[in-house]
Amino acid sequence: MSLDVSPSSISSALMDRDAFLTGLVETINAASTVSDKAFLKEVRQSAVNWVRHTTLPTTRDEEWRFTDISSLKQHQFTLGKRVELSISEITTLPETDGARLVFVNGLYSSQLSSVGNLSDGVVVTSLENLSDNLSDRLPQYLAQAEGNQEVFTALNTAGLTDAAVIWVSKNVVIENPIHILFINTEAQSPNIYQQRCLVVAESGSQVSLIEEFRNHLNTETKETKVYFSNAVTEIWVEENAQVNHVRVAREGDEAFHVGKTAVTQARYSRYSCNAITFGGKFSRHNLEIFQIGEQTETTLNGLTMIKDNQLADTHSALFLNHPYGNSRQLQKCIIDDKAHAVFNGKVFVPKQAQLTDAGQLNRNLLLSSKARIDTKPQLEIIADNVKCAHGATVSQLEDDEIFYLQSRGIDETAARHLLINAFAAEIINQLPIDSLKQSLTEFVSAQNV
Amino acid sequence: MIIENSEIVLSIRDLKAEVDGTPILKGVNLDIRHGEIHAIMGPNGSGKSTLSKVLAGHPTYDVTGGEVIFQGQNLLEMEPEQRARAGVFLAFQYPFEIPGVSNLDFLRVAYNSKRKAQGLEEVDAFDFDELIEEKLEVVKMDPAFLSRSVNEGFSGGEKKRNEILQMALLEPKVAILDETDSGLDIDALKIVASGVNQLANPENATIMITHYQRLLNYIVPDYIHVMARGRILTSGGKELALELENKGYDWVLEQFAEVVA
Repeated sequence: MSLDVSPSSISSALMDRDAFLTGLVETINAASTVSDKAFLKEVRQSAVNWVRHTTLPTTRDEEWRFTDISSLKQHQFTLGKRVELSISEITTLPETDGARLVFVNGLYSSQLSSVGNLSDGVVVTSLENLSDNLSDRLPQYLAQAEGNQEVFTALNTAGLTDAAVIWVSKNVVIENPIHILFINTEAQSPNIYQQRCLVVAESGSQVSLIEEFRNHLNTETKETKVYFSNAVTEIWVEENAQVNHVRVAREGDEAFHVGKTAVTQARYSRYSCNAITFGGKFSRHNLEIFQIGEQTETTLNGLTMIKDNQLADTHSALFLNHPYGNSRQLQKCIIDDKAHAVFNGKVFVPKQAQLTDAGQLNRNLLLSSKARIDTKPQLEIIADNVKCAHGATVSQLEDDEIFYLQSRGIDETAARHLLINAFAAEIINQLPIDSLKQSLTEFVSAQNV
Repeated sequence: MIIENSEIVLSIRDLKAEVDGTPILKGVNLDIRHGEIHAIMGPNGSGKSTLSKVLAGHPTYDVTGGEVIFQGQNLLEMEPEQRARAGVFLAFQYPFEIPGVSNLDFLRVAYNSKRKAQGLEEVDAFDFDELIEEKLEVVKMDPAFLSRSVNEGFSGGEKKRNEILQMALLEPKVAILDETDSGLDIDALKIVASGVNQLANPENATIMITHYQRLLNYIVPDYIHVMARGRILTSGGKELALELENKGYDWVLEQFAEVVA
């Protein structure tokens, strides 16, 4: 579906109602280089038009009821510029050397990327470097996922210059995970960084990818600064293909992060997502799955760990439009201090989606009396022969559990650590890369000293 | 076993405890010597489990009087983990499940906590594997249980075996078994009892808390104490168990009506 809104068809009175948004779209549109690809110009322009007809969401919008993004407006963002980093300044995953794409401030870095160790049949590159052959096929995929008429997704498309592209040919099975690293630098004045990723797994193919968003401290000042990271990832899982996706967001302490993952699943396809959110003052992950054929499998796991005044919101939506869909979802949150987590898990099962089997569980661990979780399962089921279950739990560390560990000689602090680590481990242990598991586990341990 | 002139390892003197202002223990007296196996029996609500938890240091219970001397130290002043490291072990009636922590890691952390407290070097994963292999024999446990999360999805019998495995590893001076026999089928009971018997030696002592005489057929106590309404009312040898089995607890309560009033 393309963004088909021509400016002439809508009264100009409805345009530019939101000065902040208009400013933002002008910033990203003016400053970024427009590719000479006609198709790109077209999707950008229609997205620009679309954004100019909308406004930033408020807590009066159902989708943003618990998540107040108005503080974004307190900053004037300029488009992030290219910053050169050396490989020693960034943290890579040794297991993915030779299969790594790095973008700094949303811009491709050929120097930091390493794509020398790829099997035949997979393309891992930036949009700019994509072969003509595949470029010609972009109009079928890029900015074509359902749900792109949403303000932050459209904003990203409006400034679309480059993107990470993973393209796996028919029946090709890629064993080693591919790492897509988006680094955002902490700059003196507030920047907006837009990251884009396109994954196409052709029929019968199989691939694992690790998508990571992390901040990069200025080596001299070591200060964290306000920036706005706005990411969009579109994943196409074609017939009988499989994509295992890990998404890690470790943004800076002052950062805003809004991310969209839009997955389109054709029949017999399998998709799994492990989404980890640690950093950021404000994070929002919109995870949308569109089933376009029968008998798909979807596994969504998430771990959010926040403290201080952080806010982290996970909004997932599964659109199961065909029979025999199977989905499993486990979202876990560890919330300390005055932090606030939000989970909204939608599952749509219309009449034609008979014999769907959908399960959803949200488990929350509150470590302080001021910590807050808003959790909302949202199941809309029309089909009558389906199995759909959902649940949410909110708990604290139990005195009895801590006592059990103490009675085995483990002191109270160590006992608390062990239990919190264990809560997180259920998700972390599913990740395919040891060095990543280790670094996330260390992060969790360091949080509760 | 009763050893002549054996030293007292644990001395409970006029112990009183309450929970949320309700008195539960109303003056418990008990001396345990090295080598001995004691059984504490009694009806529901007599305070048996409370006694075990107070000894282990559960924070819910407030000690309001009396003292407990363990190997010359004031036990009640110690944190639960210090008690454990010093050699007090409680086998739980309902062991907790800890999803996400492998049994092996849990056992190693517990073992090393004790070693550290004793000023000994921690044991690395490799050496620990060997050590735990030996201990598994005590309760005939499948090594597959080591890689599973602590007690998660274990059957009742497996949980109790896991408790005895921990006991085998930590080699306590005083082991308190709280209703270790409840919910076990006869085969599991035999395995658990055999584990406890293997671990009993002249250097340690065991306190069994139980409802049922059945356990005492497999772990033969040197002394049996009858507890009711927060006190030990009477004590005797193993033959007391049969009397209780035949006559129930009422006769004890009647006989000591004045004490418990």
